[in-house]
Amino acid sequence: MITACPVADLPVGESIRISGDVAIAVFNADGELYAIDDTCSHQDASLSEGWLEGCFVECPLHAASFDLRTGVPTCLPAKKAVRTYPVVVQDDMIYVDTKVREAVA
Amino acid sequence: MRTVAVVGASLAGLRSVQELRNQGFDGRIVVIGEEVHAPYDRPPLSKAFLSGKLPAEELALAEQSDIDEWAAEWRLGVRAERVDPATGEIHLSTGSVIRADGLVIATGGRPRTLPGTAALTGVHALRTLDDAVALQADLRPGTQVVVVGAGWIGAEVASTCRSLGLEVTAVEAAAVPMERALGPMLGALCADLHADHGVDLRLGVGVDSFTHNGSRVTGVALHDGSHLPADVVVAGIGMEPATDWLRGSGLPLDNGVLCDSGCVTPIPSVVAVGDVARYRTPDGRHVRHEHWTNASEQPVVAMRNLLAGATLDTFRPSGYVWSDQYGVRLQLAGDTSGADEITVIDGSPDDRKFVAEFRRAGHPIGVLAMNNAKLFGRMRRQLAAGEPH
Repeated sequence: MITACPVADLPVGESIRISGDVAIAVFNADGELYAIDDTCSHQDASLSEGWLEGCFVECPLHAASFDLRTGVPTCLPAKKAVRTYPVVVQDDMIYVDTKVREAVA
Repeated sequence: MRTVAVVGASLAGLRSVQELRNQGFDGRIVVIGEEVHAPYDRPPLSKAFLSGKLPAEELALAEQSDIDEWAAEWRLGVRAERVDPATGEIHLSTGSVIRADGLVIATGGRPRTLPGTAALTGVHALRTLDDAVALQADLRPGTQVVVVGAGWIGAEVASTCRSLGLEVTAVEAAAVPMERALGPMLGALCADLHADHGVDLRLGVGVDSFTHNGSRVTGVALHDGSHLPADVVVAGIGMEPATDWLRGSGLPLDNGVLCDSGCVTPIPSVVAVGDVARYRTPDGRHVRHEHWTNASEQPVVAMRNLLAGATLDTFRPSGYVWSDQYGVRLQLAGDTSGADEITVIDGSPDDRKFVAEFRRAGHPIGVLAMNNAKLFGRMRRQLAAGEPH
């Protein structure tokens, strides 16, 4: 379990990047929190800098769109899913469970 | 419409196939591609592929499962040599003839070559995977590289060569790199990027001739009298649309295939997409874009119009371009030509992290970001929607 940030630091529509062995992006999509791999599965770009719309994030480089619930891209150029991670909120802190890697083919 | 032939099997051709199926076309699709390779992504060719970080297998533009689902016939390593729109016959380099009642022209272009270098080894252009493989093989340790043209591709090749530890000189005829797209101030910033990373940048000077040892290039002579020793010369001096095969077809050709605002030629069953398409803008000009996003976006509109047999949709370009060079990411959107005002609205060019807005007569027409993808994404959308920020 890794610490993301206090709940108050991630208002609706915002995202943060947690660096580590594998960088993770955490999003607040209309009140729901999602965590996915930060690096786009297509080319080197940080999804935490992408455009959030509903529960989809659009890669800031090539506009590939990923479903935050599944990590699955909805359009080219991305072909592979990014991994998704469970998000836990405890005592007003956001945590990401990186041990359970929910790989989605 | 029963058979659509897509001539050109790179991004614009592949996206055309995908869009034809997305939009419900269930007839026969034949794709004709001059290169032997299945559709691949070109942008990494000057960057991660050239540096050896990204293998060729990773360049594929589509999953095999998608290609299977689209059920197109792929004729790769085959050139379309001639088309007769009256009969719908496309004559191939193999001697066979395809008969189609819809034609998508997606032949892209060929890189311009440096005059006087046709017989010399060590002189490269970069457009195809084969070009990149040949250049990569020539970039041995200790190689002295001269890049001619400091535009998008030239800058990326120079950057990659520096990351491989090679000595690089870049020659640019304009006073600053990318002057037309970025203006003098931001162009000067691109010049600084080259200099900061140890590239010897020669500005405002043209190439006079090439020295050689009989077969291989040994150097580049410039108009100012200087001579640059070179083991490898890379030309980044633009491209020409590939329209030779359309001569005599009756289709209007002028620096590309002329088409209307919806990428449709005067023959409604023939459309053009990608680098080769010179379409009409709302203000009556004809423009052509040589960028990845354009090749990906145009087929959506062009296939709709092709299947409808009429121009129902008009193309609205996003004018989006990106470049990774020297560890910075540049992103540009809009049409910056004719800007009379360029303002840095966030960050600072000195920090290599900023966003600048281009205006003409007070109206925003373009946005450039360096290392600020988040704000760029927001401004790009506002620009497309025509909203003030």
